[in-house]
Amino acid sequence: MSASIQVAIEPTKYAVDIRHLSRKFWGKTALDDVSLQIPVGSIFGLVGLNGAGKTTLIRHVIGGYKALHGSVSVLGQNPAVYPERLLKRMGYMTEEDSLPKWMHVGELIDFSAAVYPTWDQRYAAELIDQFDLRRGAKLSSLSKGQRARVGLLVAIAHRPELLVLDEPSSGLDPIARGDILEAVIRTISQDGRTVLFSSHLLDEVDRICDWISLIHDGRIAETLTMEQMQSRYCEVIGSWVSTDNSMPKIDSAFGWIRKGNEWSGVVSVEVIDAAMGDPRFEVFQRRELTLHRWFAARVMSLGTQVADAKSPEEPTHA
Amino acid sequence: MLLHISSDGPPIYDQIADQIRFRIVAGQLKTGDELPTIRGLAQSLRVNPNTVARAYRELEQQGLVEKRRTTGTFVAELTQRHGIAQRRRMLAPQIDKLLIQSRQLGLSLDDVISQIQQRNEQISPEVKSS
Repeated sequence: MSASIQVAIEPTKYAVDIRHLSRKFWGKTALDDVSLQIPVGSIFGLVGLNGAGKTTLIRHVIGGYKALHGSVSVLGQNPAVYPERLLKRMGYMTEEDSLPKWMHVGELIDFSAAVYPTWDQRYAAELIDQFDLRRGAKLSSLSKGQRARVGLLVAIAHRPELLVLDEPSSGLDPIARGDILEAVIRTISQDGRTVLFSSHLLDEVDRICDWISLIHDGRIAETLTMEQMQSRYCEVIGSWVSTDNSMPKIDSAFGWIRKGNEWSGVVSVEVIDAAMGDPRFEVFQRRELTLHRWFAARVMSLGTQVADAKSPEEPTHA
Repeated sequence: MLLHISSDGPPIYDQIADQIRFRIVAGQLKTGDELPTIRGLAQSLRVNPNTVARAYRELEQQGLVEKRRTTGTFVAELTQRHGIAQRRRMLAPQIDKLLIQSRQLGLSLDDVISQIQQRNEQISPEVKSS
Protein backbone atom coordinates (compact mmCIF):
# COMPACT_ATOMS: atom_id res chain seq x y z
CA MET A 1 0.00 0.00 0.00
CA SER A 2 2.81 2.36 0.87
CA ALA A 3 4.50 1.80 -2.46
CA SER A 4 1.36 2.47 -4.45
CA ILE A 5 0.84 5.80 -2.75
CA GLN A 6 4.38 6.91 -3.56
CA VAL A 7 3.92 6.02 -7.21
CA ALA A 8 0.35 7.16 -7.71
CA ILE A 9 0.98 10.87 -7.16
CA GLU A 10 2.37 12.71 -10.17
CA PRO A 11 5.19 15.21 -9.67
CA THR A 12 2.90 18.16 -10.41
CA LYS A 13 0.86 17.20 -7.37
CA TYR A 14 3.70 18.18 -5.08
CA ALA A 15 3.86 21.64 -3.60
CA VAL A 16 7.39 20.88 -2.46
CA ASP A 17 9.65 18.32 -4.09
CA ILE A 18 13.07 17.80 -2.56
CA ARG A 19 15.44 15.21 -4.00
CA HIS A 20 18.72 14.03 -2.48
CA LEU A 21 19.41 17.30 -0.73
CA SER A 22 22.61 17.39 1.31
CA ARG A 23 24.15 20.29 3.17
CA LYS A 24 27.22 20.71 5.30
CA PHE A 25 28.23 23.65 7.40
CA TRP A 26 31.94 23.85 8.09
CA GLY A 27 32.33 20.15 7.47
CA LYS A 28 29.47 19.24 9.79
CA THR A 29 26.54 17.48 8.13
CA ALA A 30 23.24 19.34 8.55
CA LEU A 31 21.22 17.54 5.88
CA ASP A 32 22.16 14.16 4.46
CA ASP A 33 20.49 12.94 1.26
CA VAL A 34 17.05 14.29 2.15
CA SER A 35 14.17 13.49 -0.20
CA LEU A 36 10.74 14.81 0.63
CA GLN A 37 7.55 15.25 -1.39
CA ILE A 38 4.73 17.36 0.01
CA PRO A 39 1.43 16.71 -1.77
CA VAL A 40 -0.67 19.72 -2.73
CA GLY A 41 -3.53 20.17 -0.28
CA SER A 42 -1.87 18.50 2.66
CA ILE A 43 -0.84 19.70 6.07
CA PHE A 44 2.64 18.30 6.30
CA GLY A 45 4.25 18.04 9.71
CA LEU A 46 8.02 18.03 9.98
CA VAL A 47 9.04 16.71 13.38
CA GLY A 48 12.39 16.12 15.00
CA LEU A 49 14.51 16.94 17.99
CA ASN A 50 16.16 20.31 18.33
CA GLY A 51 19.08 20.53 15.93
CA ALA A 52 17.81 17.67 13.75
CA GLY A 53 17.81 19.85 10.63
CA LYS A 54 14.22 21.12 10.46
CA THR A 55 15.11 24.79 10.08
CA THR A 56 17.95 24.12 7.62
CA LEU A 57 15.52 22.16 5.48
CA ILE A 58 12.89 24.89 5.66
CA ARG A 59 15.42 27.57 4.70
CA HIS A 60 16.04 25.62 1.51
CA VAL A 61 12.31 25.65 0.82
CA ILE A 62 11.93 29.40 1.23
CA GLY A 63 15.03 30.15 -0.83
CA GLY A 64 17.19 31.23 2.09
CA TYR A 65 19.73 28.57 1.18
CA LYS A 66 20.57 27.41 -2.32
CA ALA A 67 20.61 23.66 -2.89
CA LEU A 68 24.28 22.78 -3.43
CA HIS A 69 23.82 19.01 -3.58
CA GLY A 70 20.47 17.73 -4.74
CA SER A 71 17.44 19.69 -5.89
CA VAL A 72 14.59 21.66 -4.37
CA SER A 73 11.43 22.55 -6.25
CA VAL A 74 8.69 24.62 -4.64
CA LEU A 75 5.40 25.23 -6.47
CA GLY A 76 7.23 24.12 -9.58
CA GLN A 77 10.09 26.59 -9.18
CA ASN A 78 13.62 26.55 -7.86
CA PRO A 79 13.32 28.81 -4.81
CA ALA A 80 16.89 30.05 -5.07
CA VAL A 81 16.27 31.51 -8.57
CA TYR A 82 14.07 34.63 -8.56
CA PRO A 83 12.98 33.98 -4.97
CA GLU A 84 10.68 37.03 -5.08
CA ARG A 85 8.49 35.33 -7.70
CA LEU A 86 8.00 32.45 -5.34
CA LEU A 87 7.78 34.36 -2.08
CA LYS A 88 4.66 36.21 -3.17
CA ARG A 89 2.92 32.84 -3.52
CA MET A 90 4.13 31.72 -0.12
CA GLY A 91 3.55 32.67 3.49
CA TYR A 92 6.26 32.18 6.06
CA MET A 93 6.38 32.47 9.80
CA THR A 94 9.14 31.44 12.15
CA GLU A 95 9.61 31.02 15.86
CA GLU A 96 12.17 33.80 15.81
CA ASP A 97 10.77 37.11 16.77
CA SER A 98 11.94 38.63 13.50
CA LEU A 99 9.39 41.37 12.79
CA PRO A 100 10.71 44.95 12.52
CA LYS A 101 9.93 46.13 16.01
CA TRP A 102 10.30 49.84 15.22
CA MET A 103 7.23 49.65 12.98
CA HIS A 104 3.62 50.10 13.96
CA VAL A 105 1.15 47.26 13.38
CA GLY A 106 -0.69 49.28 10.70
CA GLU A 107 2.54 50.20 8.91
CA LEU A 108 3.66 46.60 8.69
CA ILE A 109 0.26 45.53 7.40
CA ASP A 110 0.17 48.31 4.79
CA PHE A 111 3.71 47.45 3.75
CA SER A 112 2.80 43.79 3.34
CA ALA A 113 -0.37 44.70 1.44
CA ALA A 114 1.77 46.65 -1.02
CA VAL A 115 4.27 43.83 -1.45
CA TYR A 116 1.81 40.99 -2.09
CA PRO A 117 -0.32 41.33 -5.24
CA THR A 118 -2.89 38.87 -3.89
CA TRP A 119 -3.36 40.65 -0.53
CA ASP A 120 -6.94 40.21 0.67
CA GLN A 121 -7.96 43.45 2.38
CA ARG A 122 -11.14 42.02 3.83
CA TYR A 123 -9.44 38.94 5.21
CA ALA A 124 -6.75 41.14 6.77
CA ALA A 125 -9.37 43.35 8.39
CA GLU A 126 -11.16 40.32 9.70
CA LEU A 127 -7.93 38.96 11.20
CA ILE A 128 -7.09 42.31 12.81
CA ASP A 129 -10.48 42.16 14.43
CA GLN A 130 -10.26 38.53 15.45
CA PHE A 131 -6.77 38.92 16.91
CA ASP A 132 -7.75 42.14 18.66
CA LEU A 133 -4.86 44.08 17.13
CA ARG A 134 -4.55 47.87 17.16
CA ARG A 135 -3.07 49.40 14.02
CA GLY A 136 -1.52 52.22 16.03
CA ALA A 137 0.39 49.98 18.43
CA LYS A 138 4.12 49.75 18.05
CA LEU A 139 5.38 46.21 17.49
CA SER A 140 7.96 46.63 20.26
CA SER A 141 5.19 47.35 22.75
CA LEU A 142 3.25 44.15 22.02
CA SER A 143 3.41 40.92 23.98
CA LYS A 144 5.11 37.96 22.33
CA GLY A 145 1.73 36.38 21.64
CA GLN A 146 0.34 39.49 19.96
CA ARG A 147 3.50 39.90 17.91
CA ALA A 148 3.13 36.28 16.78
CA ARG A 149 -0.42 37.09 15.67
CA VAL A 150 0.85 40.02 13.59
CA GLY A 151 3.44 37.69 12.06
CA LEU A 152 0.71 35.18 11.33
CA LEU A 153 -1.51 37.82 9.76
CA VAL A 154 1.16 38.98 7.31
CA ALA A 155 1.92 35.33 6.51
CA ILE A 156 -1.65 34.41 5.53
CA ALA A 157 -3.58 37.54 4.47
CA HIS A 158 -2.38 37.22 0.86
CA ARG A 159 -3.85 33.70 0.88
CA PRO A 160 -0.61 31.94 -0.02
CA GLU A 161 -0.56 28.70 -1.99
CA LEU A 162 2.05 27.37 0.39
CA LEU A 163 2.21 28.34 4.04
CA VAL A 164 5.47 27.50 5.79
CA LEU A 165 5.52 27.62 9.56
CA ASP A 166 8.82 26.95 11.31
CA GLU A 167 8.14 26.16 14.96
CA PRO A 168 5.45 28.85 15.04
CA SER A 169 4.19 27.96 18.49
CA SER A 170 7.40 27.83 20.48
CA GLY A 171 7.12 29.83 23.64
CA LEU A 172 3.59 31.04 22.96
CA ASP A 173 0.59 30.86 25.27
CA PRO A 174 -2.14 28.30 24.50
CA ILE A 175 -4.56 30.87 23.10
CA ALA A 176 -2.02 32.20 20.62
CA ARG A 177 -1.13 28.62 19.67
CA GLY A 178 -4.82 27.93 19.08
CA ASP A 179 -5.05 30.95 16.78
CA ILE A 180 -2.14 29.61 14.74
CA LEU A 181 -3.71 26.17 14.41
CA GLU A 182 -7.01 27.70 13.39
CA ALA A 183 -5.27 29.74 10.72
CA VAL A 184 -3.63 26.60 9.37
CA ILE A 185 -6.96 24.80 9.14
CA ARG A 186 -8.51 27.82 7.49
CA THR A 187 -5.73 28.00 4.95
CA ILE A 188 -6.08 24.37 4.02
CA SER A 189 -9.85 24.69 3.73
CA GLN A 190 -9.31 26.49 0.45
CA ASP A 191 -8.66 24.04 -2.32
CA GLY A 192 -5.11 23.61 -3.49
CA ARG A 193 -3.43 25.24 -0.47
CA THR A 194 -0.63 23.42 1.28
CA VAL A 195 0.92 23.87 4.70
CA LEU A 196 4.38 22.82 5.85
CA PHE A 197 4.48 22.89 9.61
CA SER A 198 7.59 22.16 11.64
CA SER A 199 7.18 21.55 15.32
CA HIS A 200 8.27 19.45 18.21
CA LEU A 201 4.91 19.95 19.87
CA LEU A 202 3.57 16.55 18.91
CA ASP A 203 0.07 17.23 20.23
CA GLU A 204 -0.35 19.98 17.66
CA VAL A 205 1.09 17.88 14.87
CA ASP A 206 -1.24 15.04 15.85
CA ARG A 207 -4.25 17.33 15.64
CA ILE A 208 -3.70 19.05 12.36
CA CYS A 209 -1.30 17.13 10.11
CA ASP A 210 -2.16 14.45 7.61
CA TRP A 211 1.44 13.76 6.63
CA ILE A 212 4.35 13.39 9.03
CA SER A 213 8.04 13.23 8.37
CA LEU A 214 10.63 12.62 11.06
CA ILE A 215 14.03 14.17 10.54
CA HIS A 216 16.88 12.98 12.73
CA ASP A 217 20.55 13.93 12.50
CA GLY A 218 19.91 15.50 9.11
CA ARG A 219 18.27 12.43 7.61
CA ILE A 220 14.62 11.68 6.95
CA ALA A 221 13.87 8.64 9.07
CA GLU A 222 10.35 8.03 7.80
CA THR A 223 7.56 9.86 5.97
CA LEU A 224 3.99 8.61 6.24
CA THR A 225 0.37 9.64 6.62
CA MET A 226 -1.34 9.57 9.99
CA GLU A 227 -3.53 6.71 8.74
CA GLN A 228 -0.49 4.75 7.62
CA MET A 229 0.99 5.11 11.07
CA GLN A 230 -1.92 3.12 12.43
CA SER A 231 -2.27 0.71 9.55
CA ARG A 232 1.45 -0.08 9.33
CA TYR A 233 2.40 -0.38 12.95
CA CYS A 234 1.08 -1.26 16.33
CA GLU A 235 2.48 -1.14 19.81
CA VAL A 236 2.90 -4.43 21.65
CA ILE A 237 3.32 -4.80 25.37
CA GLY A 238 4.52 -8.01 26.92
CA SER A 239 7.00 -9.72 29.17
CA TRP A 240 9.26 -12.75 29.28
CA VAL A 241 7.76 -15.86 30.77
CA SER A 242 11.11 -16.71 32.32
CA THR A 243 13.22 -14.41 34.46
CA ASP A 244 15.08 -13.32 31.36
CA ASN A 245 14.80 -9.57 30.99
CA SER A 246 16.84 -8.88 27.88
CA MET A 247 15.44 -6.80 25.06
CA PRO A 248 13.01 -8.89 22.98
CA LYS A 249 14.36 -9.83 19.55
CA ILE A 250 11.50 -9.54 17.11
CA ASP A 251 12.03 -8.92 13.43
CA SER A 252 11.19 -5.38 12.35
CA ALA A 253 10.32 -4.30 15.90
CA PHE A 254 11.98 -1.14 17.16
CA GLY A 255 12.00 1.36 19.99
CA TRP A 256 11.81 -1.10 22.86
CA ILE A 257 11.36 0.44 26.29
CA ARG A 258 11.20 -1.39 29.57
CA LYS A 259 9.28 -0.55 32.73
CA GLY A 260 9.96 -3.16 35.39
CA ASN A 261 9.65 -6.49 33.61
CA GLU A 262 7.26 -5.20 30.92
CA TRP A 263 8.50 -4.36 27.47
CA SER A 264 6.81 -2.13 24.93
CA GLY A 265 7.87 -2.07 21.31
CA VAL A 266 6.65 -0.92 17.91
CA VAL A 267 6.01 -3.74 15.43
CA SER A 268 5.02 -3.71 11.81
CA VAL A 269 1.45 -5.01 11.44
CA GLU A 270 2.33 -7.12 8.40
CA VAL A 271 4.72 -9.38 10.25
CA ILE A 272 3.29 -9.19 13.73
CA ASP A 273 1.75 -12.67 13.85
CA ALA A 274 4.88 -14.31 12.53
CA ALA A 275 7.05 -12.22 14.80
CA MET A 276 5.10 -13.04 17.91
CA GLY A 277 5.85 -16.77 17.59
CA ASP A 278 8.27 -16.93 20.52
CA PRO A 279 6.40 -18.79 23.31
CA ARG A 280 8.83 -17.47 25.91
CA PHE A 281 7.70 -13.89 25.31
CA GLU A 282 4.08 -13.32 26.21
CA VAL A 283 2.36 -10.38 24.50
CA PHE A 284 -0.62 -9.26 26.52
CA GLN A 285 -1.60 -6.10 24.76
CA ARG A 286 -1.60 -4.69 21.26
CA ARG A 287 -2.69 -1.17 20.75
CA GLU A 288 -2.86 1.52 18.10
CA LEU A 289 0.36 3.38 17.69
CA THR A 290 0.25 6.99 18.81
CA LEU A 291 2.34 9.76 17.28
CA HIS A 292 4.22 10.15 20.57
CA ARG A 293 5.11 6.49 20.71
CA TRP A 294 6.17 6.39 17.05
CA PHE A 295 8.34 9.45 17.51
CA ALA A 296 10.05 8.11 20.62
CA ALA A 297 10.57 4.69 19.06
CA ARG A 298 12.00 6.06 15.82
CA VAL A 299 14.35 8.46 17.57
CA MET A 300 15.54 5.69 19.88
CA SER A 301 16.17 3.21 17.08
CA LEU A 302 18.14 5.82 15.14
CA GLY A 303 20.04 6.92 18.20
CA THR A 304 21.44 3.45 18.69
CA GLN A 305 22.31 3.01 15.03
CA VAL A 306 24.02 6.31 14.46
CA ALA A 307 25.65 7.44 17.63
CA ASP A 308 27.89 5.35 19.80
CA ALA A 309 29.00 8.09 22.14
CA LYS A 310 25.62 9.32 23.31
CA SER A 311 23.23 6.79 24.72
CA PRO A 312 19.58 7.22 23.76
CA GLU A 313 17.70 9.01 26.45
CA GLU A 314 14.65 7.57 28.13
CA PRO A 315 11.76 8.97 26.11
CA THR A 316 9.42 11.17 28.08
CA HIS A 317 6.40 10.67 25.87
CA ALA A 318 6.13 6.93 26.23
CA MET B 1 -20.67 21.83 18.53
CA LEU B 2 -18.49 22.12 21.59
CA LEU B 3 -16.56 18.90 21.48
CA HIS B 4 -13.61 18.23 23.73
CA ILE B 5 -10.46 16.82 22.17
CA SER B 6 -7.84 15.48 24.52
CA SER B 7 -4.30 14.96 23.34
CA ASP B 8 -3.62 11.80 25.32
CA GLY B 9 -6.55 9.59 24.60
CA PRO B 10 -7.94 7.50 21.80
CA PRO B 11 -7.37 8.70 18.23
CA ILE B 12 -8.95 12.09 17.55
CA TYR B 13 -11.46 10.78 14.99
CA ASP B 14 -12.66 8.33 17.64
CA GLN B 15 -13.12 11.12 20.16
CA ILE B 16 -15.14 13.16 17.67
CA ALA B 17 -17.29 10.20 16.60
CA ASP B 18 -17.87 9.18 20.23
CA GLN B 19 -19.08 12.59 21.30
CA ILE B 20 -21.40 13.02 18.34
CA ARG B 21 -22.71 9.49 18.86
CA PHE B 22 -23.44 10.36 22.47
CA ARG B 23 -25.36 13.47 21.44
CA ILE B 24 -27.44 11.45 18.99
CA VAL B 25 -28.20 8.68 21.45
CA ALA B 26 -28.92 11.09 24.29
CA GLY B 27 -31.33 12.93 22.03
CA GLN B 28 -29.52 16.26 21.91
CA LEU B 29 -29.23 15.72 18.18
CA LYS B 30 -32.47 14.50 16.64
CA THR B 31 -33.34 12.72 13.43
CA GLY B 32 -32.94 15.13 10.55
CA ASP B 33 -30.69 17.54 12.43
CA GLU B 34 -27.78 18.73 10.39
CA LEU B 35 -24.23 18.18 11.60
CA PRO B 36 -21.70 21.00 11.21
CA THR B 37 -19.84 21.00 7.90
CA ILE B 38 -16.56 19.11 7.91
CA ARG B 39 -14.55 22.26 7.31
CA GLY B 40 -16.48 24.25 9.87
CA LEU B 41 -16.04 21.65 12.59
CA ALA B 42 -12.36 21.13 11.68
CA GLN B 43 -11.75 24.84 12.04
CA SER B 44 -13.51 25.21 15.37
CA LEU B 45 -11.88 22.08 16.82
CA ARG B 46 -8.55 22.92 15.21
CA VAL B 47 -8.10 19.48 13.77
CA ASN B 48 -7.36 18.26 10.26
CA PRO B 49 -10.49 18.20 8.03
CA ASN B 50 -9.65 14.61 7.04
CA THR B 51 -9.95 13.62 10.69
CA VAL B 52 -13.47 15.05 10.89
CA ALA B 53 -14.33 13.39 7.59
CA ARG B 54 -13.14 10.07 9.01
CA ALA B 55 -15.30 10.49 12.11
CA TYR B 56 -18.33 11.29 9.93
CA ARG B 57 -17.57 8.28 7.75
CA GLU B 58 -17.55 6.06 10.80
CA LEU B 59 -20.89 7.44 12.01
CA GLU B 60 -22.29 6.93 8.54
CA GLN B 61 -21.16 3.29 8.46
CA GLN B 62 -22.89 2.75 11.78
CA GLY B 63 -26.06 4.16 10.31
CA LEU B 64 -26.20 7.09 12.72
CA VAL B 65 -25.88 9.82 10.14
CA GLU B 66 -26.48 10.05 6.42
CA LYS B 67 -24.83 12.16 3.77
CA ARG B 68 -27.16 13.92 1.42
CA ARG B 69 -25.42 14.86 -1.74
CA THR B 70 -24.42 18.54 -1.84
CA THR B 71 -26.47 19.50 1.19
CA GLY B 72 -24.56 18.03 4.12
CA THR B 73 -24.61 15.39 6.82
CA PHE B 74 -27.78 14.69 8.80
CA VAL B 75 -28.76 12.55 11.76
CA ALA B 76 -30.35 9.42 10.31
CA GLU B 77 -33.60 7.84 11.26
CA LEU B 78 -32.34 5.13 13.56
CA THR B 79 -35.00 2.49 13.91
CA GLN B 80 -36.26 2.32 10.37
CA ARG B 81 -32.92 1.84 8.74
CA HIS B 82 -32.03 -1.44 10.39
CA GLY B 83 -33.85 -4.55 11.50
CA ILE B 84 -33.69 -5.52 15.13
CA ALA B 85 -31.18 -8.35 14.56
CA GLN B 86 -28.92 -6.04 12.64
CA ARG B 87 -29.11 -3.42 15.35
CA ARG B 88 -28.26 -6.01 17.99
CA ARG B 89 -25.26 -7.15 16.00
CA MET B 90 -23.96 -3.60 15.89
CA LEU B 91 -23.77 -3.65 19.65
CA ALA B 92 -21.79 -6.91 19.88
CA PRO B 93 -18.27 -5.46 19.75
CA GLN B 94 -19.05 -2.99 22.54
CA ILE B 95 -20.60 -5.74 24.64
CA ASP B 96 -17.52 -7.92 24.16
CA LYS B 97 -15.29 -5.05 25.18
CA LEU B 98 -17.41 -4.39 28.25
CA LEU B 99 -17.44 -8.04 29.27
CA ILE B 100 -13.69 -8.42 28.89
CA GLN B 101 -13.03 -5.31 30.90
CA SER B 102 -15.45 -6.20 33.66
CA ARG B 103 -13.88 -9.66 33.99
CA GLN B 104 -10.45 -8.09 34.19
CA LEU B 105 -11.74 -5.81 36.93
CA GLY B 106 -13.36 -8.74 38.75
CA LEU B 107 -16.90 -7.32 38.47
CA SER B 108 -19.83 -9.72 38.30
CA LEU B 109 -22.30 -9.69 35.42
CA ASP B 110 -25.10 -8.62 37.80
CA ASP B 111 -23.00 -5.70 38.95
CA VAL B 112 -22.37 -4.63 35.35
CA ILE B 113 -26.08 -4.93 34.47
CA SER B 114 -27.12 -2.81 37.41
CA GLN B 115 -24.50 -0.22 36.44
CA ILE B 116 -25.93 -0.17 32.92
CA GLN B 117 -29.39 0.44 34.32
CA GLN B 118 -28.15 3.25 36.51
CA ARG B 119 -26.37 4.93 33.61
CA ASN B 120 -29.45 4.53 31.45
CA GLU B 121 -31.50 6.45 33.98
CA GLN B 122 -28.92 9.22 34.03
CA ILE B 123 -29.01 9.63 30.26
CA SER B 124 -32.05 11.41 28.86
CA PRO B 125 -35.33 9.40 29.14
CA GLU B 126 -35.96 9.93 25.42
CA VAL B 127 -33.79 6.90 24.73
CA LYS B 128 -36.50 4.51 25.85
CA SER B 129 -39.14 5.85 23.52
CA SER B 130 -37.00 5.68 20.39
